[in-house]
Amino acid sequence: MIDMSPNIVLVVAIGALFITGVYLLLERSLTRVLIGFILIGNGANLLFLVAGGRAGGPPIIGQTPVEDMSDPLPQAMVLTAIVITLALTAFILAMAYRSWQLHGHDEVQDDLEDRRIVRLAAKNAPTYNDTDSIEDSETIDEQAAEARDETGNGVA
Amino acid sequence: MSEFTWLVPLPVVMPLFAAGLTLALYRHPRAQRIISVVALSLMVVAGVGLLVLADSGPVIVDIGGWAAPVGIDLVADRLSSLMLTVSSTVLLCVLLYSLGQGVTDGDEAAPVSIYHPTYLVLAAGVSNAFLAGDLFNLYVGFEILLAASYVLLTLGGTGERIRAGSIYVVVALLSSLIFLVAIAMIYAATGTVNLAQLAQRLPEIDPGVRLVLQLLLLLAFGIKAAIFPLSAWLPDSYPTAPAPVTAVFAGLLTKVGVYAIMRTQTLLFTDGRLDTLLMWLALATMVIGILGAVAQNDIKRLLSFTLVSHIGYMIFGIALASKAGLGASIFYVAHHITVQTTLFLVVGLIERRGGTTSLERLGGLAKLAPGLAILFFIPAMNLAGIPPLSGFLGKVGLLEAGVAQGTPLAYTLVIGSVVTSLLTLYAIVKAWNKAFWQTPPEALPEALLPGTMVGPTAALVGLGLLLTAVSGPLYAYADRAAGTMMEPSNYIDAVLDSTGRGQGDSTLTTDGTSPADDPTSTDDATQGGDS
Repeated sequence: MIDMSPNIVLVVAIGALFITGVYLLLERSLTRVLIGFILIGNGANLLFLVAGGRAGGPPIIGQTPVEDMSDPLPQAMVLTAIVITLALTAFILAMAYRSWQLHGHDEVQDDLEDRRIVRLAAKNAPTYNDTDSIEDSETIDEQAAEARDETGNGVA
Repeated sequence: MSEFTWLVPLPVVMPLFAAGLTLALYRHPRAQRIISVVALSLMVVAGVGLLVLADSGPVIVDIGGWAAPVGIDLVADRLSSLMLTVSSTVLLCVLLYSLGQGVTDGDEAAPVSIYHPTYLVLAAGVSNAFLAGDLFNLYVGFEILLAASYVLLTLGGTGERIRAGSIYVVVALLSSLIFLVAIAMIYAATGTVNLAQLAQRLPEIDPGVRLVLQLLLLLAFGIKAAIFPLSAWLPDSYPTAPAPVTAVFAGLLTKVGVYAIMRTQTLLFTDGRLDTLLMWLALATMVIGILGAVAQNDIKRLLSFTLVSHIGYMIFGIALASKAGLGASIFYVAHHITVQTTLFLVVGLIERRGGTTSLERLGGLAKLAPGLAILFFIPAMNLAGIPPLSGFLGKVGLLEAGVAQGTPLAYTLVIGSVVTSLLTLYAIVKAWNKAFWQTPPEALPEALLPGTMVGPTAALVGLGLLLTAVSGPLYAYADRAAGTMMEPSNYIDAVLDSTGRGQGDSTLTTDGTSPADDPTSTDDATQGGDS
């Protein structure tokens, strides 16, 4: 039987990591977003440890009785997740540094094209002028009257 | 059949190996090109091989000889191998296109030696996600392809790409975190991450817990697949990347998310409690996505919005939870990967010829470059679903499946898909009129389209037409794939034999059971997940 009741300290720590992480993820500066990502990532890793049940001896047959073994699978998964988090952290740091190089800050910027579309919508005007949509003062009747009349009535 | 199981890991191993080689040979661009082309060509061959093999039953490899629920397994069933074949073909064509672009731009002057290794890693990640028989391996596949996509999207590190990259990376990281949390909770609840074993154990756990797990997975995959309202990141980030990168992202990355939804919805969560929710999401994705496309004035952004919109069709097919709906959805994915990639490549050509992708400044391309007009027109009409092209066939399949369902909601979705289809035609025709027919506001610069870029694009247009030509057998294949997926026992029996083990070796513990096999551990785990 595996004892699955979670360790309260771990649960509180996971909660704290997620709360602070979510708060930081909502910031606009990439560095803070990165710290938020690391915190939530660590929270998720702790969650894996809780998911693996209570701690036990090394899971090697002959060294630990089967019922005292700890579950090795979550630990393997946490290890993978840590490696992935590390690589992505390095990438975001590089990106934040590049953003700082280019703009002097590392804040996520608004999309220019979005702004342009919003301005267009506010103007409520066509985005371009067709040659056939150029309007002049004449109505269609006046234009018809101006055009050459082929029925012969106009001549007489 | 077992003598061919060595084919299964090849689509993952070959690109990864080639990525290492190209990274080591970063001083030799010619060698890099040859290695990449050879690796991806072999991947296409492996994909086709698996496509044929998987038609007579899933091909399974337990990696390293460790039996399935303990070890990691790769599963190539009909759906996986179809996705694999289509995506590797598309990857190869886009690679050839980018080689053509590099040659004409003279990349000896500004070498981007990182491009080839990253592109190959992306290919490996996509294959790994399609072949994964294990939830955690699926996560690793996602991370491989996402990490590669971060690099490709910010290639060169210009201001615009860093801006777009920040949005893309942060959103993708968030979805990965949600996926990771979902896996941790699934492990807590069931004590396994193997898909086949999960399919056995998830129905036994508390329905409330199961619903939470399903929602978490759907949330993670929904961000990746760009389902409304989780789609806002896509049109902001994709259009800034180089044309071949945008093309491959648009074709493949969202479809991997759709694939993951298909797999989990049919295999793990068969009770269909979220089908109604998925239906509404599909409707919102289709309609709101296409309304966004209608408003756009830049052809790349317009296509990004149609991409979001057409994800809705695939979700519609999945949400119907019938064999016909799923089959149509699978066919639609195969069609959409090809056509969306083609369109983005053509837009790359338009940008090269006209110097811009803004519809306000383009014009008269039909006269200046009639060949380009044909290359744009065919996939554009295919996207809009004009008969007899494959887009039309996929949509008809979806509509028929929706009508067969017969519920008011299904009928609403049928109407929604028709409206979306018409609006797609409107948006595409608007782009066509402005870019190809209107008098250009100012004369376009003189530019020649290199044959090395036109060739691969034409090949992809041809592939799109080929999908139409072979749509009968292809649709039948998709339908058979859907048939096996509607019966999860097919998948479970293929991966695990009667003792609940895969083909590899795994030594049982001294008392004859392993913790993973202990029936009591499931119950304990369930309680753990509840508390």
